[in-house]
Amino acid sequence: MLQPVIGLEVHAQLLTRTKIFCGCSTAFGAPPNTQVCPVCLGLPGALPALNRAVVELAVRAGKAFACRIAGRSVWSRKNYFYPDLPKGYQITQFDLPICAGGAVDVPGLRKVQLTRIHLEEDAGKSVHAEGGSEVDLNRSGVPLIEIVGEPVLRSSEEASEYLKALRLALVYLGVNDGNLEEGSFRCDANVSVHEPSAKLGTRVELKNINSFRFVRQAIDYEIARQVAALGRGERIIQETRLYDHEKNETRAMRSKEEANDYRYFPEPDLPPLVVSPAWIDAVQVPRLPNEITAGLLAAGVAPADARTIVGDPRLAALHARLGDPRRAAHFIVGELSRALNDREVNLDALAFEPAQVAEAWALQDAGTISSTGLKEVLAELIRTGKPPAQTVLERGLAQVQDLAALDAVVDAVLARYPSEAGKYQAGKKTLLGFLVGAAMKELKGKGNPSALNALFRARLGG
Amino acid sequence: MAIDRAQVRHVARLARLRLSAAEEELYAAQLGAVLGYLERLAAVDVSSVEPLSFAGDEGSSLREDVARSGLSREQALAAAPQHDAQAFVVPRIIE
Repeated sequence: MLQPVIGLEVHAQLLTRTKIFCGCSTAFGAPPNTQVCPVCLGLPGALPALNRAVVELAVRAGKAFACRIAGRSVWSRKNYFYPDLPKGYQITQFDLPICAGGAVDVPGLRKVQLTRIHLEEDAGKSVHAEGGSEVDLNRSGVPLIEIVGEPVLRSSEEASEYLKALRLALVYLGVNDGNLEEGSFRCDANVSVHEPSAKLGTRVELKNINSFRFVRQAIDYEIARQVAALGRGERIIQETRLYDHEKNETRAMRSKEEANDYRYFPEPDLPPLVVSPAWIDAVQVPRLPNEITAGLLAAGVAPADARTIVGDPRLAALHARLGDPRRAAHFIVGELSRALNDREVNLDALAFEPAQVAEAWALQDAGTISSTGLKEVLAELIRTGKPPAQTVLERGLAQVQDLAALDAVVDAVLARYPSEAGKYQAGKKTLLGFLVGAAMKELKGKGNPSALNALFRARLGG
Repeated sequence: MAIDRAQVRHVARLARLRLSAAEEELYAAQLGAVLGYLERLAAVDVSSVEPLSFAGDEGSSLREDVARSGLSREQALAAAPQHDAQAFVVPRIIE
């Protein structure tokens, strides 16, 4: 039985304001060629100047994944010709990267070992047009980390779980925005198959995979292709293949046939990158998704709710500010998720303050509103940011708490339904609900249900 | 060290150079001579010497992450052999 072996290389754009070697903006979506300068255009004589924030973010990622951080790493030139690469080489790190080793904790799977994390610059973007291709160099020189995972994944599902965990961790770290559509988180997959008793098979590199679904499809297609080829007695050729999601197939990239000779050499325009132990120590690492999840579970939040909350850093941040973890979780996966799903509100511009949710809870705890009333108050709060107390007043949601008033209603109900009262006393305890319901109706839904329950029980003897 | 014409062709292709047959012969001989000279350096024992990757002071001077305006699009495109209103234009990239 042939066993697949998969290793992933992820290119993640670092969340800096400016490019890696020049002061041009990295903002996404600007008109083509408006965020460029002599350095990122590769004009003669222009010299790179390394962005401090790039180093900081790479060290943060390295610390988070328990990599060894190199006190000294070296820049190299990777030479190849392509229209989106104006200098004719990419500045990257080759034999001495900034981070080595480390691992990513993948929930439900295991720790997936990393080979390395290195820094490099992105290339530009080419778009096919009438009579040629247009090249936009806004992206040229945008800072990337390439996270190279060990070839230890055994299926497309494992690959996709690893990618999701890695992406979420990078987002929590503030290192990357996790946006696959805009290309700020990109994945290449190395896929081979082998008999478990034999050494690893020849690997094929898959490029152009830009969604979690395509990762699974591309890898599954490639595994099947290799198994079928070996079954026919063919040999697997080490090559780069492009995934075409419209046809759901991979095909060899012609341009890469002879391009694997990159003639790396040390970059003469940049001194080795020296990061002092004091600097490495000073780099702060925020809490990772797994730690936050563990905290929620320990506080009694249900695993599925914890997954939902931690799956979006904005929800997790909100949860942390709401107080009472379980109640906060119910609020987020309940009322708030409903409003988000119905597109009533935007998670990036919520109308309410966390403290107002706590006010609503306090109104319920004090018996002022019922659980139904609370739902209404929270829905209004989410939608409009209206203070809970105001909603209670405007909609008349306050429960009748005055025991004398409630007692009078209980009297009236018992007088109206003597036979039900009798049956209750004879043992048909389910009729309590009927009696409370009748009292509620009398009170136009504003009675305090637990007070009514208690009053009926006291009157009818338990 | 002898360099044959196939190796010259490979290197020329990587560098996007088109060479005539006579040039291939010429450069094979010249590159062979250069490499022959470098081979003499291999006789020196450098096992205790760290590889030198930069001939200057180590340690980058770092730039703060503050945006600066670069070139206008007109300036950026001005020197290109071919461009349209917004981008550099190159022969169609086939993949």
